[in-house]
Amino acid sequence: MSRPAEEPRHAITLTVNGTPYAVEVPARRLLSDCLRHDLRLTGTHVGCEHGVCGCCTVLLDGAPVRSCLTFAVTVDGHAVETVEGLAAGGEPSAVQRAFGECHALQCGFCTPGFLMTATALLRETPDPTDEEIVEGISGNLCRCTGYQNIVAAVRRAAASERT
Amino acid sequence: MKPPPFAYHAPEDVPAALRLLAEHGAGAKVLAGGQSLIPLLNMRLAAPAHLVDINRLAGLDAIAAGPDGVRVGALVRHAALARHAGAARTQPLLRRALRLVAHPVIRNRGTVVGSLAHADPAAELPAVLALLGGTVELASASGRRTVEAAEFFLGPLEPAARPDELAVGAWFPAAPGRSGCAFEEVTRRHGDFALAGVAATVTLSDDGRVTAARAAYVGVGSPPPVLDLTEAADGGADLRAYVGGRIEPEADIHATAEYRRHLAGVLTERALRAARRDALGER
Repeated sequence: MSRPAEEPRHAITLTVNGTPYAVEVPARRLLSDCLRHDLRLTGTHVGCEHGVCGCCTVLLDGAPVRSCLTFAVTVDGHAVETVEGLAAGGEPSAVQRAFGECHALQCGFCTPGFLMTATALLRETPDPTDEEIVEGISGNLCRCTGYQNIVAAVRRAAASERT
Repeated sequence: MKPPPFAYHAPEDVPAALRLLAEHGAGAKVLAGGQSLIPLLNMRLAAPAHLVDINRLAGLDAIAAGPDGVRVGALVRHAALARHAGAARTQPLLRRALRLVAHPVIRNRGTVVGSLAHADPAAELPAVLALLGGTVELASASGRRTVEAAEFFLGPLEPAARPDELAVGAWFPAAPGRSGCAFEEVTRRHGDFALAGVAATVTLSDDGRVTAARAAYVGVGSPPPVLDLTEAADGGADLRAYVGGRIEPEADIHATAEYRRHLAGVLTERALRAARRDALGER
């Protein structure tokens, strides 16, 4: 029995949380799997793998995208931010702190996606209305919290960034 | 939930992309934003031998809003068009439809022309193009052609593009004076595909009478049905019955055909009211 032919690999470079990486990936490698398996950055979670749940949300050149709906080979030369990059010098970011303070997580599986989505939302809209918060996080699913505390956390993070 | 293997091509210019499509034809799929294609690959509902990534092609990310309408290139993301002030002034229906397309994060990546070329009868943008009578520009190694919306959407997921053709742009006509528009839909959850939806435009005479009313539908058939409602909207006709008799929705696990027909009627009334208010400047 012959082994299937080895898939061709593509050499790419990408910057993740400010650190440059060079990696060789098959064309079909999802960015989510590249981060988790090739770069060993397992903070980015994988839920549904078809763009519904939002767990795998990362920032691509500053804009939140689904890493499970992005091929790693297509981000060659681009900059990615993941949940590992939020804390600075061991100190959690304002969004991370607010999620803790407001009990905006229980099991934590969806949390990396929410943190990245909320971080991008507050960069673009530093003082969002409740409606803008709900619209902003509408593409992320959480099966524990019922969302109320997540909305409260985003509100609190916005307030703490203002002071 | 991993995509099957494929040969990846990342051409640097449009002629190179067209050569690849000419060479690989039906075995190739175009990758733009990937927000419809990659789920299909992940679920292995599609297994193209070749993927032609057009994200490196220069000059396809332009939005041009002029007096005649809004022209968008193949790499214009939903979010970019929704933010474009000139496009919103020239054709306000675009921004109103785009805020209903999936979620903000998907809109950062998904492309307007890609949504048209995907020709999903549950998607908003094909209905908008059909309602406004816009066009799609197709390029191949043997030349370019412009296809009217009425000829572009042949059926579910079936655009009039040949396998060797690349949809390089689309054009949405400008809104005429004293006109208004609205997009109304019902979804199970915010951002989901609609069970049914209606895009409507209304044009008024100087004394406020309806001189034109049109509606296009999502989720109730393909190609997206477009109805001229000028007479039905003006008289005392039963609009719901009028619409219900002219669409052929299908049943699936999300809704029965009869419920979709009901929604289409109710949403038509709502959309025409909102479009009329919009035309009167009451929005």
